[in-house]
Amino acid sequence: MLTVNNIQVYYGAIQALHGISFEVNEGEIVTLIGANGAGKSTTLRTISGLIRAKSGLIEFMGQDITKTPAHKIVKMGLAHVPEGRKIFPNLTVHENLLMGAYTKSDRTEIAASLENVFQRFPRLKEREKQHAGTLSGGEQQMLAMGRGLMCKPSLLILDEPSMGLSPILVEEIFNIIQEINQLGTTVLLVEQNAFMSLQIAHRAYVLETGRILLSGTAADLQANPKVRSAYLGDVIE
Amino acid sequence: MEHFLDQVINGLQLGFMYALIALGYTMVYGIIKLINFAHGDVFMVGAFIGYYGFAKWGMPLPLAVITAMAVCAILGVVIEKIAYRPLRYAPTISVLISALGVSLFLEYFCSLRFVFGPNYRVVQRPFEEVHWVLGGVTFNNIQVMVAVVVIIMLLLLQYMIYRTKIGMAMRTVSFDHDAARLMGVNVDSVISVTFAIGSALAAAGGVLFAIAYPQIQPFMGIMPGLKAFTAAVLGGIGIVPGAVLGALIMGQVETLTAAYLPTQLRDAIAFAILIIVLMVRPTGILGKNKPEKV
Repeated sequence: MLTVNNIQVYYGAIQALHGISFEVNEGEIVTLIGANGAGKSTTLRTISGLIRAKSGLIEFMGQDITKTPAHKIVKMGLAHVPEGRKIFPNLTVHENLLMGAYTKSDRTEIAASLENVFQRFPRLKEREKQHAGTLSGGEQQMLAMGRGLMCKPSLLILDEPSMGLSPILVEEIFNIIQEINQLGTTVLLVEQNAFMSLQIAHRAYVLETGRILLSGTAADLQANPKVRSAYLGDVIE
Repeated sequence: MEHFLDQVINGLQLGFMYALIALGYTMVYGIIKLINFAHGDVFMVGAFIGYYGFAKWGMPLPLAVITAMAVCAILGVVIEKIAYRPLRYAPTISVLISALGVSLFLEYFCSLRFVFGPNYRVVQRPFEEVHWVLGGVTFNNIQVMVAVVVIIMLLLLQYMIYRTKIGMAMRTVSFDHDAARLMGVNVDSVISVTFAIGSALAAAGGVLFAIAYPQIQPFMGIMPGLKAFTAAVLGGIGIVPGAVLGALIMGQVETLTAAYLPTQLRDAIAFAILIIVLMVRPTGILGKNKPEKV
């Protein structure tokens, strides 16, 4: 579904990504893990068109999107829930969700998506008329994900959904990600919480300073001693 | 007392016109954090087009206003495309200098003989001025027209910002360009629409100004432009209701100063307000932690 082939990305003179390649197949949860500054968010921002790759190729649903503007990529069925959630604090919860369906014009379809999101996140229904800036961190994450689902994406990209949330909420969010995936949405997940993300992912890639260091099934990586010591907090004997 | 109320009415008229200009400053600032110093000159172009429309081309006044608004909407979009968009990721100061360049260009280009010419022109009003006295307060049909037109435009703007899809997109762009892009918003077109609306409102203000104070020339946009900018800062730059509030205050301050203090103090006091606001409360009257920006 998504193929990233040897992309190189620069911030001015500084190279952030040194040729990253990976793929996401339909129906999968794929996770990119790595420390701060490894290039995870940069990779996602390049895929969704917020940053341009200097070289390399990105294909989504068989189409080259390397140079496609971000707003057109959304329309192709790729939703990106950004780091820090970026919900619109000056809009109501309802308006935030409508923004998620900005590329859609069929009113009945939008109403159905809205109903779906409220079913999945009943808390958002209670807060529908409130300004999104008044929500708690967990509610804001739910809103960000609900907003992402409003366009009924075939690929949902989540950047650090667990950031700043309590352990119970993190668990809840990860359960929801799994449910969304089981209902047919492919998920690309970036996390610093490698422990949690490897538990729900099918496959994973480990990034370090703008390169892919390791890749494999989530189970393999969970068993890998290098991963265990560097990202899962295992003590090396 | 009656004299005072007359002055308040005059101030209201001036304030309403400043509001139309101040909205353009504040909307553009809300979207791209730029003080568009060419905005006062767009107001001037609007005044001239409106004047040509009703005085030279024989248009009915509403049509002349709409023509001026349409021409200036296009002018605003073109200015943004040529002078600001290429500098989108440049330092703020570069864009500001570019804005000053556009401002001077419009003033001197319009002064050319084959454009509007450098001279003052007296505007023949398309209708007679009629005075009414109500409870001792004098007002005229021009003031009524200004109030009606401005209030209609404010209501339309409010509707557009809060009840339409493009308005919602504008509010998201004012919060964060990238977040808006991820929703599928074409940020460049939202910026163009913002310039079009701001410039059209300034043009309407220009035509009203030409009718109310019937004299126009290519440099007429400078002072109202600066006053409206002050109004936008006073109300809270980037906040739509703030621009209107600031403009109404500026209109009162200016007319009351002219009426009760030496007239020459008028502009000095107006800009003293700007300096004081920037020193004491740079976020403006309505500026809070969570400003509603567009």
